[in-house]
Amino acid sequence: MTVNHSGVIVKEKIYGPSPYLMNFPLPSCSGCGSPMACKIIMDVLEELGVVERAIVVVGIGCAGFGFFRTKMDMTMCAHGAAPSVALGIKQANYDDAIVFTVQGDGDCAAIGAGYLVNSAARGDKITVFMLNNTNYGTTGGQMAPTTLIGQVTTTTPGGRNAIAHGYPLHIAEMVATIKGVAYSARGATNNFANYQRTRKYVKSALQKQIDGVGFSFVEILVACPVNWHLEPIKAMKRLEEVIAEYPLGEFRDLEALD
Amino acid sequence: MFIHGYEAVGRGALNAGCTHFFGYPITPQNEITEFFARELPQRGGRFVQTESELSSAAMVFGASLGGVRVMTSTASPGWGLMQEILSHISMCELPCVVVNVQRGGPGQGTTRHAQTDYLSATRGGGQGGYKSIVLAPSSVQECHDLLQLAFYLADKYRILVVVLADGILIQIAEQVDVKRIDFDPLPPKDWAFKGMGKKGGRFDYIHSTRGIMPPVYRDIIVQMHEKYGRIAEAEVRFKTYQADDAELLLVAYGYVARCCEEAVNIARSKGLKVGMIQPVTLWPFPYEIMAQKASSGCRFLVVEDSMGQLLEDVRLGVEGKSPIAFLGLSSRHVAGELGMIFPETILEEVKRLI
Repeated sequence: MTVNHSGVIVKEKIYGPSPYLMNFPLPSCSGCGSPMACKIIMDVLEELGVVERAIVVVGIGCAGFGFFRTKMDMTMCAHGAAPSVALGIKQANYDDAIVFTVQGDGDCAAIGAGYLVNSAARGDKITVFMLNNTNYGTTGGQMAPTTLIGQVTTTTPGGRNAIAHGYPLHIAEMVATIKGVAYSARGATNNFANYQRTRKYVKSALQKQIDGVGFSFVEILVACPVNWHLEPIKAMKRLEEVIAEYPLGEFRDLEALD
Repeated sequence: MFIHGYEAVGRGALNAGCTHFFGYPITPQNEITEFFARELPQRGGRFVQTESELSSAAMVFGASLGGVRVMTSTASPGWGLMQEILSHISMCELPCVVVNVQRGGPGQGTTRHAQTDYLSATRGGGQGGYKSIVLAPSSVQECHDLLQLAFYLADKYRILVVVLADGILIQIAEQVDVKRIDFDPLPPKDWAFKGMGKKGGRFDYIHSTRGIMPPVYRDIIVQMHEKYGRIAEAEVRFKTYQADDAELLLVAYGYVARCCEEAVNIARSKGLKVGMIQPVTLWPFPYEIMAQKASSGCRFLVVEDSMGQLLEDVRLGVEGKSPIAFLGLSSRHVAGELGMIFPETILEEVKRLI
């Protein structure tokens, strides 16, 4: 039994902020999905008991801002290069570290696609989390490879047109076709059921790394209210449209690589 | 031991305790990458063949964060590609070694040899205005010894060290004494990424965005440049050859310095007072010796296998106090990619000047 800072007597603590989070404000916008994804990842790392040997590599962009207040070794590296940096760290620790990346869809699917595909093909024992908000959030809402057809962005002011701008890129399904991959899934954060489901995917992906099976990947669909020009609640609602293009689920889940 | 330049690079790195190598195939340095692919796994180290030089540099970035001695090697076009990541490495002040076997440029250049990356290497090749220590071997022995020095200086100053070689040095074979050099002890890398469980609860944020969060950009840049100042004070290295009484001083590095040495020998046998200054550190550059020699009345002949890059540093050192002549890529013996600046060509120029 303890007394908390408000003078309330706490009989049994069943939930609270992670001891691995530092208490200062995030630079994220209101309603941003990135801190939520960060929370899922931190909860799972704690649950798996590996947070003290975890190292995070954050891509360029706002996807990983949450990790600027976690008690872990953290680097933010060149745009798109996170999987290779993560492998360098993993190898320097002779595989005795849990190394994961947190990247946005622009970082991972556009400028980082080459790194991602080759890391997956090598079967690097790392985990990549790609937060997909269907645009370049940090730079003010430009078109990304993941932007939906018809979606208005600052570089597709008339809406994304497949003939002019190409098609949405399905990364989780693409990664699942690569032989070095142990696990690939896509989750979302628009409601509690999907939040819990995503938590399960994140846990499975990190477990694959702990077990040394192969490359693991989770795409997480997140809201970007500011660049979608929607209130946070409406942005959450819009995630259903995003899910219609990018179905949720596990696309690859192997006990051992073929 | 009679070995090639590429093997001397490899053995020098192993003697320095290099355990990690990440590389991408590119001529004329493939034998370096192949050496590490063969040697590192059987010594408990790690080798990865990457999908690009960008990825090589990114893995070097990661492994350096992990606290091990790590390097990559490449040739000119790959050097160009790496610059983005090398700039990030410099902003994070991570210790690592990159060997650039110059093969010429621009673009694909040739697949042989040249000295056309001097300015790119000595001025900080990527975005943002940083410095790397640049070491220039001129023999197979120096390929071996300077690799060891490179790792030591990288760790001492937490800086990128570039070994600027060329296609000839890497492909020739010479007698080498393959012995480990003892350097002063260095402090442990307590910042290295190991996970906080292994660091007694300590965790580190090391990232190239540190100029933004928290907002201390100006102070970071000033501190980095103060460090560059300390290096420029302490780490200048050069060699002189027959320079004491010389009236004309050749200035050269790399394979061209070997050709100049031969030219000096022939010139001396004919009674001509010719010598050489050979920078070993291209950055920090030995400006002071240039200034001293210029003040004492020496004239200069810069010889390099480019259209004039080292020449700019010699001009900065001499400060207009003495005439500087130049013999460059246009004096190669043939127009094709095999063309070299031979001692005879240098000697003719020496005779013309004296």
